[in-house]
Amino acid sequence: MKAQFYGFLPVCRKEFTHIVRDPGTLFFALLLPLVQLFLFGYAVDTNVRQLPTVVLDESHTQESRQLVERLAASDVFRLAMTVQSNEELYGAMRAGKARVGIKVPYDYARRLQDGTTATVLVLVDGSESSTAGQAVNASTGVALKESLGRLLGGGGVMPIEVRPSVLYNPSTRSANFFVPGLIAVLLQTMTILLIALSLVRERERGTLEQLTMTPVAPLGLMVGKMIPYGVLAFSELCVILTIMRYVFQVPIHGSVIVLLVMSLPFLLTVLGLGLVISTKAMTQAEAFQLSMGTVLPSVFLSGYIFLIDTMPAFFKVVSRIIPATYYIEILRGIILRGAGLKDLWVDGVVLTLMGCTTIMLAAWQFVRQKRG
Amino acid sequence: MTPVITADHLTIRFGEVTAVNDVSFAIGKGELFGFLGPNGSGKTTIIKALCGLLAPSEGTGTILGMDIRRDAAEIKRHVGYMSQKFGLYEDLSVSENMGFYAGVYGMTGAQAKQRKEEILALTGLEPYLHRRVSVLSGGWKQRLALGCAIIHSPEVVFLDEPTAGIDPVARRSLWDLFFQLSGQGVTFFVTTHYMDEAERCGRVGYIYLSKLAALGTIEELQRLPEANPAGTSRVQIETADASMMLGSLREMEGVREATIFGRSIHALVETSEIERLHARFPQSTIETIEPSLEDVFVTLTYQIMKASR
Ligand SMILES: Nc1ncnc2c1ncn2[C@@H]1O[C@H](COP(=O)(O)OP(=O)(O)O)[C@@H](O)[C@H]1O
Ligand SMILES: [Mg+2]
Repeated sequence: MKAQFYGFLPVCRKEFTHIVRDPGTLFFALLLPLVQLFLFGYAVDTNVRQLPTVVLDESHTQESRQLVERLAASDVFRLAMTVQSNEELYGAMRAGKARVGIKVPYDYARRLQDGTTATVLVLVDGSESSTAGQAVNASTGVALKESLGRLLGGGGVMPIEVRPSVLYNPSTRSANFFVPGLIAVLLQTMTILLIALSLVRERERGTLEQLTMTPVAPLGLMVGKMIPYGVLAFSELCVILTIMRYVFQVPIHGSVIVLLVMSLPFLLTVLGLGLVISTKAMTQAEAFQLSMGTVLPSVFLSGYIFLIDTMPAFFKVVSRIIPATYYIEILRGIILRGAGLKDLWVDGVVLTLMGCTTIMLAAWQFVRQKRG
Repeated sequence: MTPVITADHLTIRFGEVTAVNDVSFAIGKGELFGFLGPNGSGKTTIIKALCGLLAPSEGTGTILGMDIRRDAAEIKRHVGYMSQKFGLYEDLSVSENMGFYAGVYGMTGAQAKQRKEEILALTGLEPYLHRRVSVLSGGWKQRLALGCAIIHSPEVVFLDEPTAGIDPVARRSLWDLFFQLSGQGVTFFVTTHYMDEAERCGRVGYIYLSKLAALGTIEELQRLPEANPAGTSRVQIETADASMMLGSLREMEGVREATIFGRSIHALVETSEIERLHARFPQSTIETIEPSLEDVFVTLTYQIMKASR
């Protein structure tokens, strides 16, 4: 067993020296995710301003007019047009004249007066097929509901339907929904990139060839690289969680300890992925491209933006082989729902298995290449 | 004497390419063996195979009696290898590089410290101990690379073009270092494409187009029948304008090879034609000489090229 990991200690020590020798890289590696966190974290909130809105008021009452006025007065909506029928409402959205449609049903005033829950239907334009557009749609929708909630908050409970094919928000704040997912994406990008570049740099400079002539075992080399970058990623996670909690005011409903512990298998997996990439890439530029290639699936197919339940069957299957899917489940589970080990152990086990698999794959590739 | 390094009909193919073709040799303890060959002739590939980094397609080899196919892991502990590129970390200091390689070979504490001091004394790197490698000159880098390659006191050392791209003074002092170590019983296998370096070696192998074309001491190579075809003589022609003469010389019948050597010309001519040479170039002194190592390799190369056509 010890022979399998031979040499990890000197490699590990050397790698830490590289890291502190190059404070520029370290700084960027740690700072960049934070910058992105702020950018995306705030973008979700600030994006929703002056959305062209079409209103269908079927109620034609004092109350309904008041609601529409309040909406129009807010910064979120810009009243683009009012229409008289469902057809016109959908038509306006189809034509792209409005990005949001609000329908106040005919029984709105009566239900308010009854004390039963009044319903307002909010439609978000989900037709844009470009993925970037869809991302914006999703965030728009989330923030929309939040804004509506705030606007109408004084009037009691006000559930508002939002087309579920576009978005899904278990909580009332957009940051709550997006920041936990963002953690997975940022952590993954940073970790894969750092470890892959570190190994490919050795390949480019010829030190890797020198190392293969020493008794260092492939797993020793890999573990020696994983420890320093794992420590780095873990520290970054702690910083991100702190910012999430105190800057974005996202409360962590579950146990922070469980969250940190359950992050370890995810880190293991992404470190392993970085190693696999490093065995494929011959140059640092290639390593960079391959690392970035892992980002898109993790953003769009992991449930970070689109709800997995509403994906076509094929993508549902694909999402199951993406590590970020499981980690996002863990993050949202613990942070938003206060879930514990009992609820999430399956995700933890899957990630652990994925981690071991990627590392074995990398080691196998490494030995195979060395043998020519 | 049992050989320390052997190659036994070693053949290595990469797909269609045969990088090493049926190469055999044996190298004894403490020998400084020079391996000469142009770029792409298969030198690096042979070293990698002997170090156990590449499995040979056919044939085999041994290091200190260990089979390169079976005992690759054990061979690593007894072999020092300095690859063609610097195997050094440029952002680490001299001391950190040595410390890392010592650690990788499982040396710790007092043992590592003592060995580091020995290497520093040997290589003269003491004054640069805490300098980053990136600021060292090529010569010092290579001394450090050698120091790191022998940190575990290997009995066999493979050096792949160790002097490529460094200045002549550094080159000479690096060779002094090789001789010093080889005097202590370390066996050296050094590849080069510098003729003068090959001439320093006790024995030389010449590899051309993946095949071992010649092997032996300098004297043996100079007397090689292939390098001195029957009925020919190797002559040196001293003349005022060698470059002028070369053209007409090459066109003469009976002149097989002619090349400029400094201010004179070395030529391989048919012995019966020497009289005509004297008549043709009366002002020049023409004398028979032993072939230089370069003459030998050039003659061999021509023969191989002719045969493969
Ligand atoms: N990994 C490899 N895959 C394919 N061809 C290779 C590989 N390594 C070396 N070669 C080929 O084998 C030949 C010998 O290469 P090499 O041993 O590096 O020569 P040298 O060290 O003498 O310059 C070259 O033609 C080279 O292209
Ligand atoms: Mg070479």
